[in-house]
Amino acid sequence: MSGAVPEPTPDTLPFWEAAGRGVLSIQRCIDCAAHFFYPRDHCPTCLGDRVEWTEVSGRATLHTYLICHDPAPGFENDVPYVIAIVELEEGPRMMSNIVGVEPDPELLPLDLPLEVVFEERNSVVLPFFRPAGPA
Amino acid sequence: MSRGRIVIAGAAESTEIGRVPGMSALQLQVDAARNAIADCGIEPAAIDGLATAGHPPIDVAHYLGVRPRYVDGTRVGGCSFLAHVRHAAAAIQAGHCEVVLVTHGQSGRSRVGMTYPDPGPESMHGQFERPFGTKGPPSMLPLGVLRYMKDFGLTPEQLASVAVAQRRWAALTPRAFKRDPLTVADVLASPYVDYPIHRLECCLVTDGGGALVIMEEERAKDLRRKPVYVLGSGESSETPIITTMDDFTTSRAFRVSAAQAFREARIAHAEVHHLMIYDAFAHLPIFGLEDLGFLPRGEAGPFIEAGNTSPGGQLPLNTSGGGLSYTHTGMYGMFAIQESVRQLRGEATAQVDGVEISLAHGIGGMFNHAATLILGTAAAAVG
Repeated sequence: MSGAVPEPTPDTLPFWEAAGRGVLSIQRCIDCAAHFFYPRDHCPTCLGDRVEWTEVSGRATLHTYLICHDPAPGFENDVPYVIAIVELEEGPRMMSNIVGVEPDPELLPLDLPLEVVFEERNSVVLPFFRPAGPA
Repeated sequence: MSRGRIVIAGAAESTEIGRVPGMSALQLQVDAARNAIADCGIEPAAIDGLATAGHPPIDVAHYLGVRPRYVDGTRVGGCSFLAHVRHAAAAIQAGHCEVVLVTHGQSGRSRVGMTYPDPGPESMHGQFERPFGTKGPPSMLPLGVLRYMKDFGLTPEQLASVAVAQRRWAALTPRAFKRDPLTVADVLASPYVDYPIHRLECCLVTDGGGALVIMEEERAKDLRRKPVYVLGSGESSETPIITTMDDFTTSRAFRVSAAQAFREARIAHAEVHHLMIYDAFAHLPIFGLEDLGFLPRGEAGPFIEAGNTSPGGQLPLNTSGGGLSYTHTGMYGMFAIQESVRQLRGEATAQVDGVEISLAHGIGGMFNHAATLILGTAAAAVG
């Protein structure tokens, strides 16, 4: 797959640098004791700035998805592909693609356990998710 | 707050809608504006406010030939024009201006003079959604459908019945883009655009425009048309990207916006005779009926499937055919308001008997925003 290239901003750069190292890192508010996503320079719940980057488990569940039959530019060779909302074990949700499994609804029940896997697209390392292996 | 005081005095669509390759987006909205001005008979020089989304309001005003002292360029997606009416009501009541023209025009199908920029690669959408292959609304707005199906038991047949119900209304509407009868089997046999959404559960892509003339009740008394009263309104933001919506089976923006509108209008749901709920995709009227408070969670699919929103049903919904069958230029909300106005004036082609109160509800973007208008006749405004 190729497709659109994200352009990091100062507040999101740590996410992308971690992804480049194969690490899923999101922020946590120390005062709220809660993770959040997308990246910001403050906590969107209490608006405080005691936030820290934390490496998260990469375990997630398949919250909801659709199977794209009308590809975005750069994805013409990949249809059909799964655009999913995954729910991280730590709480926040992210958009990603589901890899390592055929894009078949029978194989993709909601709440399916997933694990993160990193792949490079267009010189940018992105976090994808695949069905979790045996624990 | 605004009960009985602010009215829609003039309302019209562009002369042609559907396929209009000979006009730019700007021309379409100015054509609609001139039609709305002629509809109510206001002197053009009296227009001192202009609201629009997409093109800068300055461009629309000058091209038309008016010089506003109030402009509103609020662009919150397809519900922008419902928000414009709400903002115009407040501005007029505050004395900022007296007569506000709200315009919409898009060349969604023919793409003539369409220059609206997408969010850039540095936006949160550009960073955290588009790299995963999103391609416009069909690849994002229906994301919650599978979750809703699992949590509430919505069936594919019920979802398809939304398109079928609206096609029944469109069959009664000569200006509707699609009028041929449709069955649930037809909808389910159409290809997936993005599973689980079939092509016939996606809105049209058309050209067209619409405009409204907003003013105080007193000022409208000498004009040509029966005024339509703004009884209440609401709006709400939720999130700039669908990924971070609170719950994929319900829109917080819908709920907050509708609750505000009902509070302002001081009416009960049972007093609403007619509904327009922005239907970019077939699941939106389902979410809308529930989030606006007309039905408990999980009941809208069976309700629509049973014919309750179809011609002759107890709660007429999207009576022009809506975005699925009437027209959908891109930012459809203006056409929802236009049909509410026609129903309240008693001049819709698929006219419902005795409409005194109509509710129009719009979505903005990918569940990013919402806006709601509760409109009524003069009798409803004093009632």
